[in-house]
Order: sequence, then C-alpha cells, then structure tokens
Amino acid sequence: MTVMTPAGDFRTSYRADTTIFPTLGGRLALWVGLALLCCAPLVLDRFFLSLLINIGTLGIAALGLNILVGFTGQISIGHAAFFGLGAFASAWLHEHYGIPVLLCIPIAGLMTALVGLVFGAPAARLKGLYLAIATLAAQFILEDFFARAQWFTGGVAGRITESPAIGGFVMDREESYFYLVLAFVIVMFVAAANLMRTRDGRALVAVRDHYLSAEIMGINLAYYRTLSFGIASFYAGIGGALYAHHLLFVSVEAFNILFSIQFLGMVIIGGLGSIMGSLMGAAFMVALPEVVQSAADAIAGGALDRMLKIGGNISFLREMAIGAAIILFLIFEPDGLAHRWRLIKAYWKLYPYSH
Amino acid sequence: MGDHAPILQAESVSLRFGGIRALTDVSFAVNRGEVFSIIGPNGAGKTSIVNCVSGRYRPTEGRIRFDGQDITRMRPSRRAALGLGRTFQNLALFGHMSVLDNIMVGRHHLLRSGFLSGMVYWIGGAQREELAHRREVEEIIDFLEIQHIRKAQAGTLSYGLRKRVELARAVALRPKLILLDEPMAGMNLEEKEDMARTILDLNEEWGMTILMIEHDMGVVMDISHRVMVLDFGRKLTEGRPEEVMAHPEVRRAYLGEVEDAPAEAVPA
Repeated sequence: MTVMTPAGDFRTSYRADTTIFPTLGGRLALWVGLALLCCAPLVLDRFFLSLLINIGTLGIAALGLNILVGFTGQISIGHAAFFGLGAFASAWLHEHYGIPVLLCIPIAGLMTALVGLVFGAPAARLKGLYLAIATLAAQFILEDFFARAQWFTGGVAGRITESPAIGGFVMDREESYFYLVLAFVIVMFVAAANLMRTRDGRALVAVRDHYLSAEIMGINLAYYRTLSFGIASFYAGIGGALYAHHLLFVSVEAFNILFSIQFLGMVIIGGLGSIMGSLMGAAFMVALPEVVQSAADAIAGGALDRMLKIGGNISFLREMAIGAAIILFLIFEPDGLAHRWRLIKAYWKLYPYSH
Repeated sequence: MGDHAPILQAESVSLRFGGIRALTDVSFAVNRGEVFSIIGPNGAGKTSIVNCVSGRYRPTEGRIRFDGQDITRMRPSRRAALGLGRTFQNLALFGHMSVLDNIMVGRHHLLRSGFLSGMVYWIGGAQREELAHRREVEEIIDFLEIQHIRKAQAGTLSYGLRKRVELARAVALRPKLILLDEPMAGMNLEEKEDMARTILDLNEEWGMTILMIEHDMGVVMDISHRVMVLDFGRKLTEGRPEEVMAHPEVRRAYLGEVEDAPAEAVPA
C-alpha cells in the first residue's frame, strides 16, 4: 500500500526510509498511546482492564492468523484450537514441571508452533477450499485431543492455572497482569512488523500475490507455506497461554470452531494483511458483545423485550451481531478497519482539499 | 567471454501434455554474452521452452544444462540461486507490494537473514543487510528509470511501467542468464526503443546473457546475435539474424511469404 507522506518530509537515508512508523505524527501517536496505556491501570477499573487484557491476548493470536491468512494467503479455520493448545500447554508445563509461568508462556508458544508445523506440512501442498478442510480437521483433532487427554487438559473438569510471578511479586491482579500482556503485545507486534519488512516477510507476501513468480524468484513455496503455519501457531500459542493465566481456568469446550471463526472475523474486520488491523479487529470483537450487552440492558423490560424475549437470549444476540458485523464488513469495508483508519488519516492530511 | 562452454544447453528436449506435443526434439545452445532470440508463430512452443528452462515445466524427454549443471529436474526455486532470472509474458508482479518490495524479492536468494533474525531487525544484522541490498536495488531502479514509482503499489501501475518493474525484479536476482518472454508486447514504438536499449545495456554493460522471445521482427533482427525459429514445436533453423531471414522455410512459416519478394515490414 502506498504510504502518504506529508509534503516536504523527505528521507535522506535508506534507514529513515525503512522505519515502521514513517511519519512524525505516527511516531508521536505511538508514544502518546503507549504512555496512555501505561497509565491505564491507574485510571480504569478492573472490568475495563480485563477487556484490554482480552484485546491483547486475542490480538496476538489474531496477528498470527493474519500472518497466515492476510500475508501468506493461506486459510485456517482451526486457529482457536492452537490458541487452546497454547493455553493448556502453558498450564500443564507449570503444573507438571514446575517451570515458572513467565517461562511457560514462550515454551507453550514453541510447543504450539511445533504442532502447527505438523499440521502445516500438508498445507504446503493444499490451497483454497482443500486447505480450509484440512485445517478444519486440525480443529477437530485437537478438540478431540483436549477432551480425551486428561493428563494434559484435565479432561471435562478443565485445568486450573496459576498467575505468573516475578520474584515474590505475583501478578494476580488485572492491574499487574495488564503490564505483562502489554509487554507481550509490544514484542510480538514489533517482531511481526520487522518480519514483514525483511526477506522472509516479503517472501510470504510474494507467495500470496503470485506463487508462480515467487518460485522463479527463488522462493521455496513449501517452506514458506509451512513456515507461515508455524509462525501463526506460535502467536496463537502465546496468546492462548496469556489467556489461560489471566482467566486462571481453562475449559475444554472453550476452543471450538465458533471461536476459530471469530478469529477469522477479527482478521477480516481488522484488515487482512495489516499488522495493526489485527489488534483493531480483536478490539472490535471484544467490544462488540459489551455493546450488544448494554443495548440489551437498555431495552430490557421494554415493549421490544416483551415481544422478542431478548433478555434470556443475550448470547444468541451476540453471535448474531458478530455474524452481521462480518457480513457488513465484507460488503462495505473488505479491507477492514485498518484501511478505514488510513482513509481517515488521508482525509485530515488533505483537508480541506480532499479532491 | 573467457569461458567458451555454452551457458545454456538444451539437448533434444521434448514436452508432451497428454497427446499434445508442445515441443519435439528441440536442441539449442546459448553462448555466454549472447542475445539469443526465439521466434515462431503463436503456439510454436516458444514459451514452453522458457518454461522448461525456468522449471515451470519438466521436459518429457531430453536434458537441460545450465552453467555446466544438469537442471532438468531441479526445483524452480533453486534455479534462481544458480543465476537464472526471467520475466513473464503475462505480467506476474506481486500486485499488492510496492515496486521497491517487488524488486527486493528479487534479492531473496542473495539475502541471508531468516525469519528469526528478521524479527529482531536491529540485532543480528538484518537491518544492515537490508540497507546494503537497498543500495544495489536503487541502482537497478535508476537504471530502469522507475525512481518516481518506487513506493507505488505494483498492481496500480500502467502496463509499460509494470513491464519495466518486472524486468527490474529479474535483474535484481543478478542473473547470469535472463529469460525475457515477450518483453515488448503491447508497447508503443518509443517504449520498444527504450526496452531494446535496456536489453542491450544489460547484455553489454551488466554482462548478462539474454534469451528472448519476441514477436517484433525489427527488434529481434536488430539486437540479437543469434535467432532460433520454432514451428509446431520443432526447431526450423537457427543462426545469425540475416541467415535466418533468408531461410525459405522461415519466410513461409513465419512471415507468410511464398514468393521471393522482399518483405517490407522487415528492415534488413
């Protein structure tokens, strides 16, 4: 995508031309945003912090899926299963081997990546609908594994997880856990942004845009398609592990196909092939049920409620809202929130001479 | 050019798709430093040959040797590292990437940083490597005069510009042999002249051997050292441009001439 730079903003070195945030405004917004986030635990209550933590954990996993779907052009409808695998792996590692939770999280990411590579190997040879079915198989195989492998997941009872701790300081409150998730979000997003501006990131996009000529350029298709699966699973594993140690309980039923579709929804709504879009999509997906909830609360007891009996069916309303959001985005903004955000920025840059 | 062995050798290459014989027993050799053109009517098998050399098709029979190595069964992606670059007849750019990134993809086999060192950009040399290669890519951008569009999305460019970007991407591979599949198709006279000059520069100054498919006989006769003529998947003849033009079979098959009259459209 073409980056619009303000008039007179000239680059004098290749280094200055390859930064992640190309404009001064973007860099300022980044630092102000980070500063605000760092202050968030001082201002926001636990409910909102918990929402922000959810956005972070889901955002990391969504970014992984975006690397796979948005950047490499492969599809996966089993992402939630890998998210779940990361959650169980981290909990299991801690309980079984006594590894500190902070170490369990990256190790769980690596374990998930390994499993992802196994399922990704056939992906190197499949495309489109066939690949979708293969990943659907991954979803069901892993879900079945969760239900049966009692040693690993605790079976139907689920698994209790612990809060991470540094030294004697236990991060068992939203206020402290928020900073841990923020740190992971920053590291994972910077890593992805770096990946996309170097050799292997370009190779992934090349495979997506034109795999035949990518091959002629010396890009090994099978390697990069599999690698993309591995990276996506790693991100899912990290996100899942962070999710597990936040909720303090992991249930076997949580990581179903509906959750996988939600991840796809995040990526589509946020913007396929956009790094920040993954976070925006996750934020949208986390905020949507809350908005639906307050809307339902507002009409609860009214004439509409009595007519449709919404009160007891809030979860059903939520799924409907997600479905409607995906459809509306596909029709009106197929490039996602990230694209809409770029348009808004361009509007203000050109204002009042937008034509 | 020092080494006298041909850089590319096709030995009785045949290619069949089911009952269709795309190529039958085609042998030829491209010498180092040459501009070698393949001409022939539509469907003669020109692109099939280029696809066999670049690895998209595997010949049913015969061998292809590149730079002393048998590449008949080699994966296409490994041929890039040997020094084999190509452009496509129908544009094959990475449409959503910037022109710059498209050309940087051409450096793929020359870059060493994997995904891990890419992720930690500043540590471990990925940044240094990127910037060093950027410098070389900028030289190619200068050479092809596409500075003004380096940040543009490749898919949004005009046809002529896309052709140039595709050539730039192939040149970025630093190939010893570059395969050009109809580099001038759909261009106007001025663009064709530019492209012809570019090809000559690549050959003479950058030292690349050129294997080219082209329909514009004027260009082919002007810039090629040798020409091979294909017809119905068979090799008709091969030689210096003026020899090929004088060949009666060529006049009949390709130029559609029966009499001995001079062809007006063809400059001597």
